[in-house]
Order: sequence, then C-alpha cells, then structure tokens
Amino acid sequence: MKLMLHVAPGIVRYPLIASVILETGALVNIERASIDAVSGEIVLEVPADKCSMVKDAFERRGVKVVPLEIPVIRDENECVHCGACVSICPTGTFRFEDWLVVADSGKCIQCGACVVGCPQRALKLVLK
Amino acid sequence: MQEKSLAEINERIRDGSARVVTAEEMPDIVDDLGLAGAVREVDVVTTGTFGAMCSSGVFLNLGHSDPPIKISKALLNRVEAYGGVAAVDLFLGATQPSEDRGMEYGGAHVMEDLISGKQIEVEAYGVGTDCYPQMELQTSLRLEDFNQATMVNPRNAYQRYNAATNSSDRTMHTYMGTLLPRYGNIHYSGAGVLSPLSNDPNFNYIGVGTRIFLAGAQGYVMGSGTQHNPQNGFATLMVTGDMKKMSNRFLRAATFHKYGPSLYLGIGIPIPILNEKLAKSTAVRDRDISVPVMDYGVARRDRPSLKVASYEELKSGMIEINGKEVSTSSLSSFHVAREVAHTLKQQVEKGEFLLSSAVGDLSRVGSSRPMKQTKESPNVLDVMSRDVVTVHEDIRVEEAARLIVSGSFDHLPVVSRSGRLMGIITAWDISKAVAGGKSSRVGDIMTRRVYSVRADEPIELAARTFDMHSISAMPVVDRDDKVIGMITSNHLSRLLARRR
Repeated sequence: MKLMLHVAPGIVRYPLIASVILETGALVNIERASIDAVSGEIVLEVPADKCSMVKDAFERRGVKVVPLEIPVIRDENECVHCGACVSICPTGTFRFEDWLVVADSGKCIQCGACVVGCPQRALKLVLK
Repeated sequence: MQEKSLAEINERIRDGSARVVTAEEMPDIVDDLGLAGAVREVDVVTTGTFGAMCSSGVFLNLGHSDPPIKISKALLNRVEAYGGVAAVDLFLGATQPSEDRGMEYGGAHVMEDLISGKQIEVEAYGVGTDCYPQMELQTSLRLEDFNQATMVNPRNAYQRYNAATNSSDRTMHTYMGTLLPRYGNIHYSGAGVLSPLSNDPNFNYIGVGTRIFLAGAQGYVMGSGTQHNPQNGFATLMVTGDMKKMSNRFLRAATFHKYGPSLYLGIGIPIPILNEKLAKSTAVRDRDISVPVMDYGVARRDRPSLKVASYEELKSGMIEINGKEVSTSSLSSFHVAREVAHTLKQQVEKGEFLLSSAVGDLSRVGSSRPMKQTKESPNVLDVMSRDVVTVHEDIRVEEAARLIVSGSFDHLPVVSRSGRLMGIITAWDISKAVAGGKSSRVGDIMTRRVYSVRADEPIELAARTFDMHSISAMPVVDRDDKVIGMITSNHLSRLLARRR
C-alpha cells in the first residue's frame, strides 16, 4: 500500500520517518520525496498489515496522510496503447498484455514521468 | 511456379469468396503449406501500421469569399497553414505548433478536431489585389464546409525505423519519446511483422497508384516518399486520401514533450498473393526485421549505433546494451496496427476494398543523403563589414585622425599602392603619437605585425585570433592579401545573440 505524506515546512527538520519506523516496526520504503521551502511530499510503500498503524503514527505527528489508491488515471478514449509509458516508469506500473497497455496502479509513485511521456496526453495524476 | 492474376483475385473479392489473412497469420500458413500451397490457398494478405507520421498534411480549399481574398497567411485554430498556393488553397502541416497554445496543440490537432466534427476558427489575411480586394476575414468552418480536404503526406509508412536510447546523463525528450539517462530505456517504432513495406520490400505489388487504407478512407500511393531509401531497407511512401472519409480511430493528434505536435496515422495495404515471391515476402516475421539502436545522447546527425536488434527482441520488452538489461517499449501502437489489418481484412472480405494494379514502379534506389550545408558555420565573409576605409603609409597622422573621426570606427588598415595589407593604425596609436609630440606620417607609427583573417575562413578562427591576441578588430583579406573588409568582436557577439 502506498501512502502520500504532505509534510508542513515546520516539521521537515524532525526525523519523522525514522521515528515512525522505530515506533511501528514497519518496513517502510521511501519511493519518492520532494521537499522545498514551502512543503514536502513523500511517497511511502508500507506493508498492508501495518498500514493503518503507520498512518496513525504520522497523523499524530501532524502529517497529512493520503492513501494512493488510484494514483494515476487514464483517459480510455485517448489511449492508443502505444506503450510510450511502459519503459519510462521507474516502478513498472504499465505493461503490455496482448499489446494492450494495462496499468497496475498500486505500483505508481506519482513521479509524473508517464504524464509528460504520453504522446496522446491520456494520463493524469490524481492529486490529493 | 504457382501464379494467379489480380483480375482473378478481384473477381473473388467481388463475389465474396476471397481468402484473406493478416500479415501476422501468413508466416505460419507458409510454414505449413509451402510457398506454392500458400499461393493456392491465400488471395490477399492485409498489413497495417499505426504510429507517429510527422511528415503529413492536408490541402484545404476554403472556397471564395465575397469580396474575394487571396490568402497570404491563414490561421486555423491559431495554427498557421501555408497560403502560398493560389488564393484559397491552404496546406496544413501536422507538426506546425499553434501560436497561442505552443506545442500542446498543432496542425495534427486541427486535423483530428475536423475529423471529429468540431468547428474550427479560421483567420485569413490577404494581400489585396484588383481581383482579390479583401484584406482580412474570419470564419468558423467544419470539415464539410471545405470544398476539398485532401491529405497529402510526403513521408509515411517507413518500412522500419531506428530504435532509440540515450547514453547521456540527462533525460532527453525527443520525437522518439522520453529517453531516460544512462541507457535507462529504449523506444522503437514500427509494426514489424505487419509493416506494409516490410511485407513487400521489393515492390512486387506496391507501386504508384496502389489503393491503400489511409486512416479509414481509401487512399492511394502517390509514389515513393521523401528520404525513400529502399537499398538500405528504409523505404517510405508518399500517400494521398480524402480526409472527409477518414476516421478519428485511425488519425490521432499527439504531442511529444518538448518536441511538438505529430500525427498518429493508420495505414494498411492489402497485398495480393499473385505468386511465390509475394507469398515469401509476406511470410516475414518480427525476427527477420532488424533495426539499429541509435544513441540519441549524441546530438549530431550521425548518431552512433549501439547494436542491431530485431523487432522480436524489441517487442520482448528487454534487450541488452553494454551488458545491461534495458527495458524497451514502443511508440507506435501494435494494437491499433492489428486493428488496421483486421479492418482491412473485413473490408476485402466484404468486397468493399478492391485491389489495384500499379501504374508505375516505386524506385528501387532512393536518396536519404545528409544535407549539403554551405553555411554550417558562417564564414568571415558572412558577418564582416565591407565598409572599410584604408590609408597609405605616406599620409599624415592628422589626416588619419580625421578619417577615424568622420568614419566612426577606430581601426584603419594601411595598404600598399596595390592594396595589399601592410599594417594597421588605431585611434590609440594616433593618441600616443600626438601625446608624444611626434606628429608624423602613418607609416612611422603603424603596427606592422597586423593580424588578419581571410574572408573564406570560418568565424571560429577570427574569434580565436581576437581572444589569443586581445584585439577587437582586424582586416579581412582576399587570397592576394588585399583588404576587402573588417571584422570586429561586435560582429561575433551579434551573431551569438541572434543564435539564442
């Protein structure tokens, strides 16, 4: 399960993830992190059984947590199943099945590479 | 050798008894029945491809306005169409970006909008003549409002296409899609086994006038396409068709990030199995068609080829480059290419699509030479100032000073009677002479070791001379050392500023 963390600027300096890992014992994988002067966005992969525990732990520390259930959506009228998204996705979200592009949304970390890489402009990130 | 005629095959198509298969099915049939058996058994093999075909466009005739206008510039949904063909004929190119939305919308998008039944906004600007007095007009048009909308595509249906990867350290956005750094991925294009020209690479059937499936309409091969290079396996076609009969299922506008608009087009050619040669060529498989994998990280025309890979390898999703497994994916859609071949198969089976004999051969030798660049790097001649005042060494310094002041430049080349360069005198040399109380002749104070450059030398050489000797101007001479101009650092900086 993927969780998107929205981190306020004031708490960026605090070792948030480390403290949550120590508290929950969850094997957390940081898949993407972008932090600038005004905000931070972090995408974590969390084992399904510890998901709500990890979510609670972050929320207690003042972090907004959004589960990424459908991170990327595709306009089926626009997609021509070319495959331009397949090899540029860092997590292997897209693959061919009998030359139709199918998406395993659970793998998406919302990096956006496919959105600009899609010649038909068929992909959009679901921003929460 | 087993043979049959095109008339026979068309007769069977008319009465609905023709045996039609796609180019994907044909290889197994030939394996099972042999060539002679395949000729007996199969009448038509349908091919199909669907991918980016940038070199496409449409001629649009608007009809005459009242008062009439001779259009010099036209914008269709703010995308410029070429107006230099008569009064109200326009050519809209697929890759032309819009003036207001940049590369996210372009000529290809206007075409897709028209085919989808949308209304487009037309702005036209005229030249104003006695016969065409109108200067400007605006109107809103749909596809049916044009007298003709005739697609004419200079280069379509590439027999096969180079695959692309990127050795550099940065992500590149190209017409071959996003190429990740350090061989992060490979993109390829082309339908391989279904590619029309790969199924008839010797043009035993496809020729001038061949009827084809063009984006849902019946179109025609006009001849070989631009950059047609069949001797190296890169044949292309120039095609035409009526856009009013096309379908947006097979004509789709695309945008390649930081490259611009392009057009995805579906093209299919039915190939009659007239003889064993055609049975053999339509039995081609993905593994029989190979392409070089080019390194787009090298930003030159002659990109290095890293290896040769077959469409079978490319379609497997992974190939090895320099010992690393690299993920591959296509930019053209094999799914829609199949749909083209299947749609065409159904049309032939139903008797809706008859095959045509060519009225002329496609050339077996083409030309895809590099550009002849006469101004690859400008020469000194292209940027120098021809407006040069020279003096002889026996004139007085005061006279040289007067020339410098009246001419608003500060270098005067000194030349012999025959015009050969002997030295140079600058405003600074004159100031020094005057300050030292030595008022004399130019020959006494000029710099004799003068740097110069020849008019036919590249400007890079002039720039290097300026830099090495900390000078800002020098005379330009011809082959006989006669002064014909001046070049200054200003000329070079202006050139750089314009390039940006």
